[in-house]
Amino acid sequence: MMKRFGQEISVAIAIAILSGVLAFVAPSYFSPENLTDLFLANLPVLIVALGMTMVILTGQIDVSVGSIFAICGIAAGVIAKSGIPALIACLAACAIGAAMGALNGALVAYVRIPSIVVTLATMVALRDGLRWATQGAWVADLPPSFQWLGLTQAIFPLVVFLIAATLVMLVGWGLNNLAAGRAVYATGSNTEAARVAGINTSRLIFLVFAFTGALVGLAAILNSVRFNQIPSNSGLGLELKVIAAVVIGGTAITGGRGSIAGTVLGVVLLGTIGPALTFLGFSAYWEKALQGGIILAAITIDALRARAANQGAGFAASRV
Amino acid sequence: MATPLLIAEKITKSFDGVRALKGVSFELIAGEVHALVGENGAGKSTLIKIMTGAVELGTGTLVITGRSVRDNNPNVARSLGVVAIYQQPSLFPHLTLTENIALSLETGSPWRSIDWKARHERAQALLKRAGSSMDPDRLVRTLSMPEQQVVQIAKAIGADAKILIMDEPTSALTERETDSLFKVIAELKSHGVGIIYISHRLEEIFAIADRVTVLRDGEALGTWNANELDRGGLIHLMVGRPITAVYPKRQVKHGEIALEVRSLSNRASGVSSVSFAVRKGEILGVAGLVGSGRTQLAETLFGITPADSGEILVGTEQVRVATSADAIRSGIGYVPEDRRQHGVVLEMPITANTSLANLKAISHRGIVNRGAEGRLAQKYIAQLRIKAPSAHTIVGMLSGGNQQKVALSRWLAAEPKILILDEPTQGVDIGSKSEIHSLMVDLAEQGMAIIMISSELLEILGMSDRIIVMHGGSVSGILSREEATQKKILALSLGHAPAGDKV
Repeated sequence: MMKRFGQEISVAIAIAILSGVLAFVAPSYFSPENLTDLFLANLPVLIVALGMTMVILTGQIDVSVGSIFAICGIAAGVIAKSGIPALIACLAACAIGAAMGALNGALVAYVRIPSIVVTLATMVALRDGLRWATQGAWVADLPPSFQWLGLTQAIFPLVVFLIAATLVMLVGWGLNNLAAGRAVYATGSNTEAARVAGINTSRLIFLVFAFTGALVGLAAILNSVRFNQIPSNSGLGLELKVIAAVVIGGTAITGGRGSIAGTVLGVVLLGTIGPALTFLGFSAYWEKALQGGIILAAITIDALRARAANQGAGFAASRV
Repeated sequence: MATPLLIAEKITKSFDGVRALKGVSFELIAGEVHALVGENGAGKSTLIKIMTGAVELGTGTLVITGRSVRDNNPNVARSLGVVAIYQQPSLFPHLTLTENIALSLETGSPWRSIDWKARHERAQALLKRAGSSMDPDRLVRTLSMPEQQVVQIAKAIGADAKILIMDEPTSALTERETDSLFKVIAELKSHGVGIIYISHRLEEIFAIADRVTVLRDGEALGTWNANELDRGGLIHLMVGRPITAVYPKRQVKHGEIALEVRSLSNRASGVSSVSFAVRKGEILGVAGLVGSGRTQLAETLFGITPADSGEILVGTEQVRVATSADAIRSGIGYVPEDRRQHGVVLEMPITANTSLANLKAISHRGIVNRGAEGRLAQKYIAQLRIKAPSAHTIVGMLSGGNQQKVALSRWLAAEPKILILDEPTQGVDIGSKSEIHSLMVDLAEQGMAIIMISSELLEILGMSDRIIVMHGGSVSGILSREEATQKKILALSLGHAPAGDKV
C-alpha cells in the first residue's frame, strides 16, 4: 500500500500540513468564498491535467495545451457573439480543441515525430497564429447568455464542480477498469510489448492526444465564461503548471506509472501553495520559486523511491 | 596446486532480512575454468556481485590475489584484476571499437591529447588476441551480438584481467560462435587467467569447465572436478530432485494442417520466399544461425513486420496479417525472444500481463472483470508453477525464468491454435526449462500447432517432430525427426545441402 501509493500519500500529507498551518494562522482561508475562487481559478489546470496524465502515461508529452487553450477560448467567444447558443459554442470549443489535439496526435503516432518536438512546434505556431489573427485584440461585448453559461453566478461553481468531479471519476475509473485504460499503461511502460500483444498503440496515442485537446477546449470555455472579456493571450504557462501537477502527483515522466488520484492531489497542492503564501503574509513573488522547489522535491523523492525499489527488484530477481 | 587467485570464505549476505547467501565458500585457481551452476535464485548473481564489488559483503572473508578485501567496490575489484562480462554487452553503440576499448582502459587527465594511432593499434592487437580480425574503426552498433561479445573479451584482456567472470556469455551465440569463444577461453587459461563461468547450458560446462561449484538456495553444496560428474548427477544436485527425461517428448498424433505459409517474403527484414506447413499437434523446430531470419520469419508471421508478398493460411482459409492484432484474431500466438523488450510489461502485475493479449475474454463491453482476471492469472501461476508472492506482484520483480513463464501464460490465455515460441528456454534455469518442455508437449497433445525457434541444437533435436533450417532468410532444408542430426542441421545452417538429401 505504502509502496504503491507512496507519492500520493506524501502529497496528501503535504496538503494536510499546509492546511493545518493555514487553519491555525489564517482561518479565513477556508471561507466558502475563498475556496470557490480557488477552485474556479484552478479548474483549467485540473481538467487539462486529466488529459495530460493520460498523455504522460503513454510515454508522451504535450506542451501545446496553453496555446490550444487560448485558441479555444477566443473561438468560443467569437462563436457566441455571432448569436449561436452558449451550449453549442461550448461543444464547438471542445471540437476545435480535439482537432488540434488530433493534429498533434497524428504527427506523433503516425508520422512518428517525438511528441516534445511536435508539441513545441504547435505551441509556438498556434500561439503566434492566434496573435496574428487577433492582432492582440480581446473578445469583448459577449452576449449575456454566455456569461456563467447562462446560469447564475451562485449556481455556476456548483455545476462545474459536478462536471469536474464526474470527469475525474470517469477518467480515473476508466484507466483502471477499461481495456482501453490497460492499453494506456501497457503502451507507456513498453510500447513494443503492447504492440506485440495486439494493441494498436499508434491509434491509442492519437486518441489520447485528441481527447486531451477536447478537455483543453472544455477547460477553456469554463474559464472564459467567468469574465466579460476573453484575452487573446490566456493560458500562458498553463502547460508547465499542468505537467508539474501531474508529475508531483506521482506519474512517472517516462510513462507507464501514475494515477488520476495523484494528479488531483498534485493540482490541489500546487493550487494551494500560491494563495497560502499570500495569506501567510509572504510576497506573491515567492510563488513560482516555491512551485519549482516542490516540483524538484517531488521528482527527487520519486527518483529515490524508484532507486530503492530497483535495488529491491534486483534482489527479488535473484531470489524469487 | 597453484595459489588461489580468489578465496571466498563463509560468505553470508542478506537483503531486507532475507538471506541470499548462507555461508558460501568458493575458490578460484589461476588457469582454471570454474563453473558456477545453480537454478535462478540460487545466489549466483549475488556471489558474483560481491566479487565485482557491485554489492557489499555481508559477513565472511574475501581474498583476491592474496589481498583481503573488506570494503570491496567496483574500483578496488577492477584494480585487482576482476573483470565481468555479462550476457548483454555494455558497449557504446555510436562509438567505434577503438574508442570503446580505449574508454575502458585509458586513464589520465581529461585534457590529455589522444594518440589515435596508438589507440588504433592497441585495439587491433587486443582484438587479435581475442581471436578476431574485425576492423577497429567499425561502429559498435553495426556489430552482431557475438561480435560485441568478442569486443568485451578484448576489453577484458586489455584490462589485464586475472579473474574473468563470464555470466551466460553464450546465451546469444550460436554453437559455432560458442566454439570460437571456447578457443579464446582456452587461450586465456593458458596465460594463467582464472575464469568463473556461469551457464545454464550443461553441455558447455562439461566441455570447458575444470571444476564445478553448485549453489542451491543460497548454499554451496560443494565443488567437484568436472570429470567426476555426469549430466544427470549435476542436474540432480542443482534442482534437488531428479529430472528423469531431459526432453519429455511424446509422440502425438498429428491432425490436419493448422498453418500453411506459401512464398512468404519480407524484403525489409530479409525473409525470402518461405513455404512450410505445420499440423495440429505437431512441434515444428526452426533452426539456423543468428541472423538467418528465424526471428524475422516469426515477426512476419505475427504481423510485427507484415509480409510484402506470399500467403498465410490458417486451416484452409487465407488470412491477412497486417498487424499483431490480425494475427491474434486468426489464432496465432507469439512468445518473443527478447521478453524484456517484447514479451512482458515489467511495470505491470502478473494479472494485467496475463490478460493483456486477450482482454476481450475477461471484459464485458470494454470493462475489465477484475475477479475473472485474477482467476485467469491464478490458473496459469498454478499450471506453469510461476514462483511469485502473489498474482499482483509486479513482473519486473520476478526472475528471468518466471518472467518467461508469465510471457507464456499471456499467450496461453489468448488460446491460440498456433503458437510461435522464439527461444522459449533461453536464460531459463533447468527446472523451469523442463517444465516448459513438458508444457509444450501437453499443448501439442491438446491439438495446438507449435513452431519453436531455438539456437540450442539439442533442444531442437529433442523437441521437434520436424525441423526447418534457415539460412540467409530462406528455408535451406526441412528434416524429419528421424533423419535430423546435429551435423545435417549445421550443414544446412551454413547453406550447404547435406549429401544425398534433396532440399
